[in-house]
Amino acid sequence: MRVAVPVFPGSNCDHDALHACGTVFGWDTIPVWHQEPRLPEGTDLVFIPGGFSYGDYLRCGAIAALAPIMTDVKRHADQGGLVLGVCNGFQILCEAQLLPGALLRNATLRFIHQDVHLRVERTDLPFTASMKAGEVFRVPIAHAEGNFTLEPADLADLEARGGVAFRYCSPAGEIGEAHVPNGAMNGIAGIVNVRGNVLGMMPHPERAVDPRLGPTGGLGIFRSLESVLAKG
Amino acid sequence: MKVRVSVQLKPGILDPQGKAVEQGLHGFGFQAEHVRIGRLIELDIPGSDPAEVKAKAQAMCDKLLVNPVMEKASIEVL
Repeated sequence: MRVAVPVFPGSNCDHDALHACGTVFGWDTIPVWHQEPRLPEGTDLVFIPGGFSYGDYLRCGAIAALAPIMTDVKRHADQGGLVLGVCNGFQILCEAQLLPGALLRNATLRFIHQDVHLRVERTDLPFTASMKAGEVFRVPIAHAEGNFTLEPADLADLEARGGVAFRYCSPAGEIGEAHVPNGAMNGIAGIVNVRGNVLGMMPHPERAVDPRLGPTGGLGIFRSLESVLAKG
Repeated sequence: MKVRVSVQLKPGILDPQGKAVEQGLHGFGFQAEHVRIGRLIELDIPGSDPAEVKAKAQAMCDKLLVNPVMEKASIEVL
């Protein structure tokens, strides 16, 4: 299984992604500089890491979405290849129009770093195949712009097609405004494209996979990917 | 020609920054409502026909300068 991790100037979670995929899971994981025109041959998963690509100039992720490597990431996605964007990676996927919506400044105006609970809304995705419907898992967030926003009609479309993969919730799995840290519409923490092969999420599953470093709530996503990609 | 693109958050979009500034103004005793913070982009675009230059600026907005999910722009050819 081969993972490509695009690295932009200002990426700062690329090593978390490399550690999770390469060290913890032992996958063939390759950092790819943003100026590269092509992903490595045989890439199964593109993991777009968090950080502050291009210093968040213009809008978070706006400049990174134009980087040379993103043309090949789009080709990979168009061909059904898997793409996971975390935090700034999610913002980049929205700006690249691989996912709908935008991530605005948190409603609190503050940078928030804390653990959150997420409820699994879809279990038929390559990213959630090993998880149970309604399962709750705990992972950290660390962002200032995670307030997911969409035009009302587009939000209704997203919900109607089951585009929401994860929602912020209480430890018991209850949904509600009180459990949404950043003001995201409908408590949305992660979404997928229509085909289900591109996932963007604000929380950091890659920071919660190594028992030596703390809780391991993020394992479900990686185990799911492993089970799906090992098959074939 | 010099062009000024003013980018604003759409009316329905929450602007916490504007809200904070509004509260700051209230703190000084000023009366001000609906404070919205935007971005002003100035650029030189080759050409001498204002309509043509404006169209080029619009194309730049569509491609990069504006995120239509949350922003709208007004273009002024100076």
